Amino acid sequence: MTKLTLEDLRKRRDEKKKEMQRREPAKGSVEVIIGMGTCGIAAGAKEAFDAFLDELDKNDLGEVVVKQTGCMGLCYSEPTVEIRVPDMPDIIYGNVNDKVARDIVRTHIKEKKLVDDHIYDKPAADIVG
Amino acid sequence: MAYKNYILVCGGTACESNAGIELFENLTQELEAQGVAGETQLVRTGCFGFCEKGPIVKILPDETFYVSVRPSDAKEIVAEHIVKGRPVSRLQYDSGKSKKQVRLEDIDFYQKQVRIVLRNCGVIDPDSIDEYIARDGYAALEKVIFEMSADDVIGELETSGLRGRGGAGFPTWRKWMFSKGVKSDQKYIVCNADEGDPGAYMDRSTLEGDPHSILEAMMIAGRTVGANRGYIYIRAEYPLAIRRLENAITQAHELGLLGDNILGSDFSFDIEMRFGAGAFVCGEETALLTSIEGNRGMPVPRPPFPAVKGLWGKPTVINNVETLANIPMIILKGGAWFSKIGTATSKGTKVFALTGKINNSGLVEVPMGTTLREIIFDIGGGIRGGKAFKAAQTGGPSGGVIPPQYLDTPIDYENLAAIGSIMGSGGLIVMDEDDCIVDVAKFYLDFTVDESCGKCAPCRIGGRTLYNILARITKGQGKQSDLQQMKDIGHAMQRASLCGLGQTASNPVMSTLRFFANEYAAHIDEHRCPAGKCRDLINYAIDVSKCVGCTACARVCPVNAITGERKQPHVIHADKCIKCGQCFEVCKFDAVKRG
Repeated sequence: MTKLTLEDLRKRRDEKKKEMQRREPAKGSVEVIIGMGTCGIAAGAKEAFDAFLDELDKNDLGEVVVKQTGCMGLCYSEPTVEIRVPDMPDIIYGNVNDKVARDIVRTHIKEKKLVDDHIYDKPAADIVG
Repeated sequence: MAYKNYILVCGGTACESNAGIELFENLTQELEAQGVAGETQLVRTGCFGFCEKGPIVKILPDETFYVSVRPSDAKEIVAEHIVKGRPVSRLQYDSGKSKKQVRLEDIDFYQKQVRIVLRNCGVIDPDSIDEYIARDGYAALEKVIFEMSADDVIGELETSGLRGRGGAGFPTWRKWMFSKGVKSDQKYIVCNADEGDPGAYMDRSTLEGDPHSILEAMMIAGRTVGANRGYIYIRAEYPLAIRRLENAITQAHELGLLGDNILGSDFSFDIEMRFGAGAFVCGEETALLTSIEGNRGMPVPRPPFPAVKGLWGKPTVINNVETLANIPMIILKGGAWFSKIGTATSKGTKVFALTGKINNSGLVEVPMGTTLREIIFDIGGGIRGGKAFKAAQTGGPSGGVIPPQYLDTPIDYENLAAIGSIMGSGGLIVMDEDDCIVDVAKFYLDFTVDESCGKCAPCRIGGRTLYNILARITKGQGKQSDLQQMKDIGHAMQRASLCGLGQTASNPVMSTLRFFANEYAAHIDEHRCPAGKCRDLINYAIDVSKCVGCTACARVCPVNAITGERKQPHVIHADKCIKCGQCFEVCKFDAVKRG
């Protein structure tokens, strides 16, 4: 890959920023973001990851993007997963096992209804930007 | 079809038992009665951690946070907020009521946490450099290379008031200035990722969740002091953090953000990793450098300080992971912004790994000056099982305990030192009434005796002697004179040890002696362990008047020390009993007595 110049880096940042903030309606605008720190993985994040992929597949929701992230700090409720669906608030679910993951796909992503008993609060406001 | 509004009702045990269930029912009825049930979803959530002010209700998408909501408030919430779109201000959490001296006026938040270090953790994909870049990643590096002089950077750090987060709290700008001021053909930047305190994992999570922020900060340090080489010293027990860092370094190389002529400038910098084998003493900076050089990790006397004469005799800046993670934000938002957060002497935030007898264990990042009470009860959801808070331990094996009377002390470097503890790297272990304070002190001494490198006598011999005395006390063989002897040894270790490990190893003993003298006295004078933890000082017996013969204790006993017929009182045979306490835990009739 070619080395970035200052201009390249700034351009790249602007582009990625738009993508991340979903200002442009792109494909795959539904996102499943799974906390995959050591703590999350130990609590079963990989199983949840597989369950999401499998259930999305079964429901023909191949366009949903499944991603990993680091630890959110909510260790008591690992594995944690953030779901971002257009026109719905971003939601953090905790204690997401295989069953809950499938429930989230069917209820939250497909029917656009929140899933009971597993929502947790975002720990802090975002300071970036 | 998505809903217009979502009403989130906290379904944690504390909220539910505080009329939360009734509140939920009332909300259901009101939504129905006022004709908005179709456009509003009512959801029960997990614990929001704000149990003191429960029941909690949150309305999405407008993020309104209601506290102490009574079932009778349901009607007003639905009529005002859901139907008319006007928040019910009397129920809203007023963050101004909290005791923090300084608030960030640009952030409207009810949360107690402010995330600077953890800003990207749980937000971005740590394996994607683009997501880091999109979150203003490497923008601080741009600024440092193209717009700021080295003195500007140091000035900004000075204004920020950032102090080392590894434990000692040395001002970061001074370290950088010392190193910058030395003329040398070669200088180094070292990231200390040798996190070793029991129960602490802030740095691991930061590295796993946001590896690029550490690379960027090391490059900023390199540019500022004139170094072109960096080392990350990380323990081999952190395989995922290592993998993510390695990946981050590769990605930065590919884009030319590491290597020669970064972004077309005259600045070149490279980073390598060095793996520690897990020796606690290698977190001490001189021992760490010795270990990077390929020698056995043992400390050497200071001065000269590493900033002047460090790795291979060259000027070396050593910063802890958390310290570094703050730096890109300080450069981007300015030192003045950073210095608005925190107390007079301690600026910014601190990440704590909240563990022990706490409901919501986890990583919390709070402004300096937040009280222990806020951390434990507002964020952590209080003590597990509703038991009584006994003490919190900060600073790991180098720290001390904080008893209940200091729950409202604002946490900063100076206040913690004044009560005989230290900020440390950020482990915060909560203890309840079942924890024996002598046993806790013994645990930490056991750790430091094990981890002492043995180079200097005060640490090697003093630590072992302290441990032996503590072990005797927990067996009921302590003497009154032990107390004074432990203080004498502790003072000698503090003054005469070579490095921080030995100088602070007696802190757990000194601090517990200061605040829990009565508990030591109970062990020594009455041969009694008030918490029922020290096995040699407790016995289990069955109160025949209360035992109904349910056989639960006999079934759970791992050594078959309990006998008895069904529906007849049981007996514990002291000669077989190993005092594991399982019968005590399992008895529903309060018939097993511990004494």
